[in-house]
Amino acid sequence: MNNQNRSFFFNVDWLTIILFLCLLAIGWFNINAAVYNDDQPLFTLASNSGKQLIFIIVAIVVGIVILLLDSKFFYTFSPIFYGITILLLMAVLVVGRNVGGNQAWIPIGSFRLQPSEFAKWATSLLLARQLSTMNSKISDLKTVIPTLAILSFPVLLIILQPDAGSALVFTSLIFVLYREGLPTYYLIAGLMMVILFIFTLLYSKLFVIVALLILLSLLIYSFRKNQKIIVSFVIGFVLSTLFVFSVDFVYKNILKPHQKVRIDLILGIVKDPRGAGYNVNQSKIAIGSGGLTGKGYLQGTQTKFNFVPEQSTDFIFCTIGEEWGFVGSVVVVGLYLFLLLRIIFLAERQRSTFNRVYGYAVACIIFCHFFVNIAMTIGLMPVIGIPLPFISYGGSSLVSFTILLFILIKLDSTRMGVV
Amino acid sequence: MNSFFKRRYIIQGIFILVALVLLGKLFYIQVIDDRYKLSADNNVLRKLIIYPARGIILDRHEKVLVQNEPVYDLMVIPGQVSKMDTLEFCSLINMTKENFDKAFKKARNYSVYKASLFQKQLSATTYAAFQEKLFEYPGFFVQNRSVRYYPDSCAAQFLGYIGEVNDREIEKYDGFYSQGDYIGKTGIEKSYENLLRGQRGVRNIMVDVHNREQGSFFDGKYDTTAVSGDRLISSLDKKLQLFGEQLMKNKIGSVVAIEPATGEILASISSPSYDPNLMVGRQRGNNYMKFLENPYKPMFIRPIQAEYPPGSIFKVINALVAQQMGLITEDTYFNCPGGYRYGKRGFMGCTHVHGTINLEKSIEESCNTYYGNTYHRMIDQAGMRPVNAYTRWRNAVMKFGIGTELGIDLPAERDGLIPTADYYTKIFHNDKWTSSFNISLSIGQGELGITPLQMANVMAIVANRGYFYKPHLIKAIGEKKIIKKEYTQKNYAGIDQKYFEPVVEGMSNVVNSPSGTAYFSKISDIEICGKTGTVQNPHGKDHSVFVAFAPRNNPKIAIAVVVENAGFGATWSAPIASLMIEEYLRDSITRPQYYIDRILKTNLLPEIKKPILKPVVKKDSSNKKTSLMVSATIAKIKENE
Repeated sequence: MNNQNRSFFFNVDWLTIILFLCLLAIGWFNINAAVYNDDQPLFTLASNSGKQLIFIIVAIVVGIVILLLDSKFFYTFSPIFYGITILLLMAVLVVGRNVGGNQAWIPIGSFRLQPSEFAKWATSLLLARQLSTMNSKISDLKTVIPTLAILSFPVLLIILQPDAGSALVFTSLIFVLYREGLPTYYLIAGLMMVILFIFTLLYSKLFVIVALLILLSLLIYSFRKNQKIIVSFVIGFVLSTLFVFSVDFVYKNILKPHQKVRIDLILGIVKDPRGAGYNVNQSKIAIGSGGLTGKGYLQGTQTKFNFVPEQSTDFIFCTIGEEWGFVGSVVVVGLYLFLLLRIIFLAERQRSTFNRVYGYAVACIIFCHFFVNIAMTIGLMPVIGIPLPFISYGGSSLVSFTILLFILIKLDSTRMGVV
Repeated sequence: MNSFFKRRYIIQGIFILVALVLLGKLFYIQVIDDRYKLSADNNVLRKLIIYPARGIILDRHEKVLVQNEPVYDLMVIPGQVSKMDTLEFCSLINMTKENFDKAFKKARNYSVYKASLFQKQLSATTYAAFQEKLFEYPGFFVQNRSVRYYPDSCAAQFLGYIGEVNDREIEKYDGFYSQGDYIGKTGIEKSYENLLRGQRGVRNIMVDVHNREQGSFFDGKYDTTAVSGDRLISSLDKKLQLFGEQLMKNKIGSVVAIEPATGEILASISSPSYDPNLMVGRQRGNNYMKFLENPYKPMFIRPIQAEYPPGSIFKVINALVAQQMGLITEDTYFNCPGGYRYGKRGFMGCTHVHGTINLEKSIEESCNTYYGNTYHRMIDQAGMRPVNAYTRWRNAVMKFGIGTELGIDLPAERDGLIPTADYYTKIFHNDKWTSSFNISLSIGQGELGITPLQMANVMAIVANRGYFYKPHLIKAIGEKKIIKKEYTQKNYAGIDQKYFEPVVEGMSNVVNSPSGTAYFSKISDIEICGKTGTVQNPHGKDHSVFVAFAPRNNPKIAIAVVVENAGFGATWSAPIASLMIEEYLRDSITRPQYYIDRILKTNLLPEIKKPILKPVVKKDSSNKKTSLMVSATIAKIKENE
């Protein structure tokens, strides 16, 4: 016991913690810039930057507490966490406060709890536990059905809020399944479904089917000697066509108008000058005007004068892009990539499947947030309101990402022990 | 470690690829594409153009002819306009929904990111009400500038007007002006544009998303201050100008008065005129169209653009030129049997049978026969072929500043016309023609065209006994009182001083001798030297012409008066000229009221079948003075009807 305590600080992966602290610092400085106002003193607890400092302290305390817990705790209690989260997700539909069309927050005192944030690590833990049970093979129905159930429960509840962005994050867990043996064609099929869904709504179904036909003939031609593959291509084509027709049918005949509008907005088919279109345009202007080296700290006019909406939460990257320029963008994107690769490295060095699966889940969730958020601010993705991990303003988000990451750090620090 | 270990590389690969895609896009929008920097500047930067006060124009006694009044232009940046209550907006600025849509479309077509004019010249009251709510309409802002105001509504055609630059002018001045800017379109406003306009200033301010000002950009490092336009001092005498405009009311014609010693134009009246205040403000375009449609052509600047055969006043020039050529002297007598016979059957009638008559009397009594003979000598008996003699005569005559523009400081001055020898050769089919072919030139009829300004200038030459300064309307520019060099140089008419005396004597008798043609216009104690003229008008009643200078010695004023369709020169033009002279020299009129009333109350406008369109009255209550002047104009037009 004594020995274990002494080695505690050596076993913790300090590199990950340093990356974590860097992102927190970048986040705080940029939130401060986003809310900065010449007329007000630099710092008050009432401002977003003041509150964020409290959240950071809370997050660090939570992180330390996690490191002090027994690592078996997470494996053992994962069903409990999951259960609590599911209950909270149900509760939020009843007692939640509706903010901006999403019923995602439960007010607790002056703060608001966002259960969907906590669902991410709770689900990851249970998923890891499920996949680490003996004889689990992801191609078996016995494994697949419980796995899908674990994933679908929170996703369905979050969609009901409705919070499409958070729900989307869970789909990134497909990489975890892939790593654990999900046949490659599932990954391709999943990717195809997303592409076909988007293209069918953006363009006409005829266009998509013609494109598919061309793709099919090219594939048949290049693999003309391998009959088996050709058959699977043809099957794939038929399934894709059916999928296109069903998406089209569902969109046109089953969805209600307001649901269509929501999809249209996400896909950018409808340009709402006060909504998605305006935000992305202003966000691109802010980032683009930063140039190579940026305008300097607190000098960003676009963010300072509130041209960018949600600038301390979902659009915090605008402040970074405007005030620190391309250099700042490279640093932030680089830090995330470094963190993600480090997490995969950590995951791969685990002895237990539970730890590895959990590590991959952490990587996937952070990756999904990082990619979707930055891609949204520069117009590569439709506006999907999910925060930038560790940087965006917000207590629930920061604390739950910290929990997510520190559980992995804790698991990693005791990887030599037997689970 | 399980059998899918290698899949970690695929996942890592995907992560790296995605990061590179993000960085690629970021590199593109942050480093390569400049568009966003422009948009960002347009988001926060408002270049407020500080329009300098346009230079004011004063009369020769420094009384105001043109000054400035503040107005407020509503500007828009279409890209920043968001959903708004259009109806409330329209009612705030008194605009219809259709016009709003039209104006907005126009602005958007010009540029989504640049400011363009949305509604010009909001009145002070509209602006005050609108200013309160301006913050509710991002993308809109108000720019302050001033418009021209004419306190006495005089000298409209000479002062000219300003208007928005058109595409051609923007191109011509190569970027100095931008859409919505004002530029002098006619008159002094145009010819002195580069002095009057001053230098524009720019103030760069930053605004937030709600269009609220957030302070100056870089502490005003890029701001420039506006420099007011130069103050111009006109040579016009406002009192004399207004008096002349009164006299010429309900008449078509011109009055031009010049100070012979300087060439400064004391009064320049083009009648009918218009109220210059109607060429300002929102109704400018409508009024402009009405002026253009007016059959009496108020926009026509008669003193410099109307060309008339000069009639008998041309005898003055012929008398001087013939003396200089040595073909007649003051003692040359001709017999007037009541007309001049020329060629085989030609006969040019005279007003009377003058009998034997000398040079001096020929001027006083305007004897056609005398000038028929004089012209005959100049063309046929000059010791050369008549064609060449004509050219010599033409050159001598043109030295009086006729047949070519005088170079007044106004745009669109006309040359007038003295036909060339070739012209007559062409009609005659060969060059063997003699004075009989164009004998009417001897008495100023026929193919001649002389503007009233040129007539007045001829009088300045006679007053100066041989030279003139180019007539001009601006006598001093700015505080330094500079003037263009060309207006300070003497131009000689090529006539020796001694030849003027008999002519001047004759001209004095025209007014002062009971037998003179203009004795009715004599003023006690002021010796006016004048010459009447009646211009044959093929389209209707003859035009009445009178030219004069006064006093005889050390003349202070040279004047030409043309009243169209008014008959004899002595009847209308001479009394007007004499009143103008007295007003200028004495500052008061000694003649009885009926003498003035006869002129003021007479309407000599030719009858026009078409109804005259009324000008649109500016509805803006902020400018009561203008409205009053407008009603005066309407009254004027009603009288005409």
